[in-house]
Amino acid sequence: MQHDDVIWDLIGNKSFCSYKVKTKTQQFCRNEYNITGLCNRSSCPLANSQYATVREEKGLCYLYMKVIERAAFPARMWEKVKLDRNYAKALEQIDENLIYWPRFIRHKCKQRLTKITQYLIRIRKLTLKRQRKLVPLSRKVERREKRREEKALIAAQLENAIEKELLDRLKQGTYGDIYNFPIHAFDKAMEKQEEETESEEEEEEDEEESGTREFVAEEEFEESDLSDFEDMNNLKGSSDEEEDAEEQSSEEEETEEELEEEKTKAKSKGKTPLKGPVRKKRAYVEIEYEQETEPAQKSKAT
Amino acid sequence: MKSKGDISPVQEMEQAEIEVTENKSESGACFPPTFSVSEIKNKQRRHAMFLKLKEEKRKQKLELKKKKKKERKALGDQAPPKEVPKTIENQRIYDETTVNPEDEEVAFDEGTDEFSAYFNRLTNPKVLITTSDRPRGRTVRFCEQLATMIPHAHVYYRRGLALKRVIPQCISRGFTYLMVINEDRKVPNGLVLCHLPDGPTAHFKVSSVRLRKEMKRRGKDPTEHVPEVILNNFTTRLGHSIGRMFAALFPHDPQFVGRQVATFHNQRDFIFFRFHRYIFKNEKKVGIQELGPRFTLKLRSLQKGTFDSKFGEYEWVHKRHEMDSSRRKFHL
Repeated sequence: MQHDDVIWDLIGNKSFCSYKVKTKTQQFCRNEYNITGLCNRSSCPLANSQYATVREEKGLCYLYMKVIERAAFPARMWEKVKLDRNYAKALEQIDENLIYWPRFIRHKCKQRLTKITQYLIRIRKLTLKRQRKLVPLSRKVERREKRREEKALIAAQLENAIEKELLDRLKQGTYGDIYNFPIHAFDKAMEKQEEETESEEEEEEDEEESGTREFVAEEEFEESDLSDFEDMNNLKGSSDEEEDAEEQSSEEEETEEELEEEKTKAKSKGKTPLKGPVRKKRAYVEIEYEQETEPAQKSKAT
Repeated sequence: MKSKGDISPVQEMEQAEIEVTENKSESGACFPPTFSVSEIKNKQRRHAMFLKLKEEKRKQKLELKKKKKKERKALGDQAPPKEVPKTIENQRIYDETTVNPEDEEVAFDEGTDEFSAYFNRLTNPKVLITTSDRPRGRTVRFCEQLATMIPHAHVYYRRGLALKRVIPQCISRGFTYLMVINEDRKVPNGLVLCHLPDGPTAHFKVSSVRLRKEMKRRGKDPTEHVPEVILNNFTTRLGHSIGRMFAALFPHDPQFVGRQVATFHNQRDFIFFRFHRYIFKNEKKVGIQELGPRFTLKLRSLQKGTFDSKFGEYEWVHKRHEMDSSRRKFHL
């Protein structure tokens, strides 16, 4: 015999129900056949001998019904009816199957069906959009990679490599006539070609001195406009390494003539970028003087 | 060495200590030749034995060194040249695809590959930088800084668009590169570099990103001048193609007036990117000052054609179990 009230008295209020989840304000029911999800007298599948639910499996909705006649046969207790994919037709099917059933259960079944169809539509829409794929990281591998990266960084000696590369490019003459001291390269090239003459050496030495003097003096000059450089770049032409030999030989001939030009070009170098690396050293000094409390300690330490 | 299994623990300990002291008092080792430290069952004693063994080995090594040094001194000028220490770069397994500078086949390939248009000066680079969905502040700032470094670069917000739809639009607007910076947990961690007309797509893992304000002793912001490009250590065929990919990001003619240089340095399959400003103090010395962000890249896959992760043809994919098994084998 089914004594629903007795069952409810036991599990609902007084004693224990394993499907019940209690929170501060509400009680929920974890039973998979529960229609609302709350723990109520009318929604408890255990405490109602006539009960119905709508559940979804793999995108299809089914109507489950339980009647008192089958209460003695647990294996056959729930009757499963497949609902139509069409929402309106499914609603009609529910009405048809649950005709003469209490209003509450019919209403809640239809509400549940509505919610289920809504989320199924959403799933279908989302799968069409871009799916973000989460790739799991292996902690061991990540640690290993990080360590290898650090070691590689140390082995790379980046700054030395970059400086070496830049000096090589300078020697090869890719920079053309911008810098007025690739005399060393000229010397080497000349030694290789075995065309040294004393006069040339003397001239080059003079130019070296004058070059360095010019360079130092240029730091005091103010910035000049960018447009000048673009013009000068156009004058010099492209900077391909293939034109090295030509440039070297041409430079040797034109060094005297270009002294004046070099002055202006060197002037152009006296822009803010020049202050950058020089500022490296200055900045360090400035920090000591500018800060208020800390430098006292720093100066003592140093 | 007495057998230690029979005696009680306390006595064993005492005996061990006595033996240890005895061994220490003796100058040389007295380990019988078939003895192995791993056969001792007791952990503490095993550890003690192991430490002794190490000590012995260290002593021997020192003696050997001293002897060699003496011999060197004695020989003076006739001493054999100093041996070169082994480094990972020395011991690197030779890769068959290492490119010989005079290789004709490679030269021919490079004359006809997707970058030939750039290297023949038919196209100018134009880069579109974007991110994955909903980028956080760090990634956004990283993109902005990248855009200041790479000339003709534009940053666009992603807005949840699919890359396959973005690419035809980019091509129609004349972009040559698409750079997508992937983000995970508010930090950039991936880079997809896609050469646009129909070019290869490279997917990198990004690590150690330092934005400009996190860098110590940096210079002012980079100017609009076209920087020079330095590509170091791209030796194999794969490395070569990746190197060309990086080179094609920047316009052809660097403006030496700007004195800025972007470096891609490959070391043990990690590509370090740095952006510097240089100044020649004299012909033997150059000072460099780092501007700009820095990051390291590690190539994960290179795919022929534009971005198509499902049906694309992959030229190279990093397979961890095959490729990471040897510590001396590198692919770039």
